[in-house]
Amino acid sequence: MPEKTYLQAISDGLRQEMRRDKRVFVIGEDVGVYGGAFKVTQGFQEEFGPWRVIDAPLAETAIVGGCTGAAIMGMRPVAEMQFADFVSCAWDHLVTVAAKQRYRAGTPVPIVVRCPSGGGFSGGPFHSQNPESSFAHIPGLKVVCPATPEDAKGLIVTAIEDPNPVLYFEHKHLYRRIKADVPDERYTIPLGEARLHREGDDVTVVTWGAMVYTATEAAEKVAEEDGISTEIIDLRSIMPWDKKAVLASVEKTSKVIVLHEDTHTGGFGGEIAATIAEEAFEQLDAPVKRITAPDTPVPFAPALEKEFLPQVDDVVAGLREVASY
Amino acid sequence: MATGTLVDVVMPQMGVSVSEGTVTKWIKSEGEAIEADETLLEISTDKVDTEVPSPASGIVQQILVQEGETVEVGTKLAVIAPEGAAAGAPVPAAPADEAPPEAPDVAETLEPEPAAQIEAPTAAPAPAPAAEGREDGARFVSPVVARIAAEHGVDVAQIPGTGRGGRVTKKDILGFIEAGAPAPAPVAPPAPAEAPAEAPPPAPAAAPAPAEAQAGESVEAMSAMRRGIAEHMRRSLDTSAHVTSAIEVDMSKVAALRQKLKKEYQAAYGVNPTYLAFVARAAVETLKDYPWINGELRGDSIVTRTYVNLGFAVELADGKGLIVPVVRNAETLNLLGMAKAIGDIAARAREKKLLPDDVQGGTFTITNPGGYGTFHGTPVISQPQAGILGTYAVVKRPWVVQDEMGEDVIAIRSIMNLTLTYDHRLVDGALAGRFLRDLRERLQTWGESDY
Repeated sequence: MPEKTYLQAISDGLRQEMRRDKRVFVIGEDVGVYGGAFKVTQGFQEEFGPWRVIDAPLAETAIVGGCTGAAIMGMRPVAEMQFADFVSCAWDHLVTVAAKQRYRAGTPVPIVVRCPSGGGFSGGPFHSQNPESSFAHIPGLKVVCPATPEDAKGLIVTAIEDPNPVLYFEHKHLYRRIKADVPDERYTIPLGEARLHREGDDVTVVTWGAMVYTATEAAEKVAEEDGISTEIIDLRSIMPWDKKAVLASVEKTSKVIVLHEDTHTGGFGGEIAATIAEEAFEQLDAPVKRITAPDTPVPFAPALEKEFLPQVDDVVAGLREVASY
Repeated sequence: MATGTLVDVVMPQMGVSVSEGTVTKWIKSEGEAIEADETLLEISTDKVDTEVPSPASGIVQQILVQEGETVEVGTKLAVIAPEGAAAGAPVPAAPADEAPPEAPDVAETLEPEPAAQIEAPTAAPAPAPAAEGREDGARFVSPVVARIAAEHGVDVAQIPGTGRGGRVTKKDILGFIEAGAPAPAPVAPPAPAEAPAEAPPPAPAAAPAPAEAQAGESVEAMSAMRRGIAEHMRRSLDTSAHVTSAIEVDMSKVAALRQKLKKEYQAAYGVNPTYLAFVARAAVETLKDYPWINGELRGDSIVTRTYVNLGFAVELADGKGLIVPVVRNAETLNLLGMAKAIGDIAARAREKKLLPDDVQGGTFTITNPGGYGTFHGTPVISQPQAGILGTYAVVKRPWVVQDEMGEDVIAIRSIMNLTLTYDHRLVDGALAGRFLRDLRERLQTWGESDY
């Protein structure tokens, strides 16, 4: 199996689907000639031509609106938001039209909106956000947040296949940093199925995206220094999310940390914590702890951004606190 | 701590497992002078009785808990006014937000060191209870612990807590149950008349209102220790399948050697090489070949170990209780070491100087009721162990032996009976028999060079 970066894995999955299915096309700002701001679609226009790799104006409303219409007409569009932050402009089409069309009129809207998300490189308030929970809140939308190259490829394929609008949050900080073996052949990964990233007995960390790696480093540290055995569940998709896997792990460890890079209030971690309280109250041996970014915009200054984003040490402290409860 | 401030004496945390204690006796009364480390009072917990030394020299200014009262760990028992402190004199108060003392982290407070408590801000009039509210984890039962306790009919108060502030964690209760607490109670327990003592507090028959004395009777309250013994005995019988095998051992060689070593050990080390020490030494050696008898059933698993923590049942001097202090890593002790260790724990048990952790973690137990001449018994296994060895009186008996010609003759020999009471769930009769045979062989052939 060849080793690929997270970014190459997304690119591979997308290319395979475009080769396989003529209904699939990509559209976004600079995705064509330039190959995408992060080069996910590099070489695509040469291979698939300008009608399937479309450079759009700086208008997310138009991009997602156009995709929605094309999907209703039977296409399989994949839109790229240059940064996940810009998806706010497309809110109306996503939330008012795409999410409700099938319910209202019976017409499926099989679009994928790729959203390069996350911070860690001083991108500031407009280029670093993790807006997944806003969309997880909207019935009719699906939300995917892969952490590994293998999942990134499998989930982009599943997202394209899915008959519903899917927001695909790809973490920018993982693009070239994370490498792993990725199968060459086509495969899918079901939405709503978590991946057991690390097995443990003492504390469960439920997380997704780049925080999977933060959690892993913290787990290694507390395993070595404190003998705490941490189980890490990578949700992979947060709508639908794998309640069953989380509750099973809670039953095992009885202590849970929900970790996400998004801000605290209204973050998806709150939904997970509430579900655990509702459905696994009698399994709990400690209060469910959330580790998240604080309720502020993402700062530019590297020192401030470091304070803002959950760090390995924050998770280490959380693990120690919960384990010793 | 500035000198001259009042010093609180609090109910000490007696090891990991104890949440409350009873004041049994005040040695000093209010107004009396006391030296640091001098015994101030005696307390009793469900594990152990002990003395509480004074954390400071001075005058016993106030006694706050009367004899017979049971209070939580951390409760203030008395106030000592150190020398030079005008009793009750106002003291420069610590800044108000110099946080009240946290309840000692029980996991680390393994010694009965009330002295540690004098770090508490003791500005005289401000009564700051040492343990209060959220800090007193021992009182908080988490949802999962409550559920498991209910399912298994376990009283959480009996479980040593290792969580924050002594809270019983899920691991604590699961460990407690695995270590021999009752098997999951059926949903509707058939409730026999003698309901197991560990049934949850609202136990119907036994508990609350002290029975009223009929004519000619007198009624006294059960001590914490008696309650603990009662609970453990009943639980052990409900848990293990007790079977006892006995064997007769010719102790003549040991008796002769003992006479010889006695002087040497006494003179050089002040230690008495008792029969018990010989038997204990031989038992530890023999257990090496019988790991299951030194093992335990933990859930569906069989646990064996490379060490022997040897418990000895010791009667307390007042005849009102029994305690089983443990000699840890008995496999590392030779005869002299064993004799010394037995002497040490027996003395500390009788002087009430044992720590609760001295009575935990045993893997095999020896009980020695032979001192009164009894020649047989069926002791109860100390849970969660798999066996208990009983040693009985060494008596001279006519014994058939072979003379140098190989002829049977009757001789006078020192004979001791040994019993092994074992958990037949784990240990079969044949295994127990072989263990006793090997143990007898060791004792009967004890040579001068065997230690």
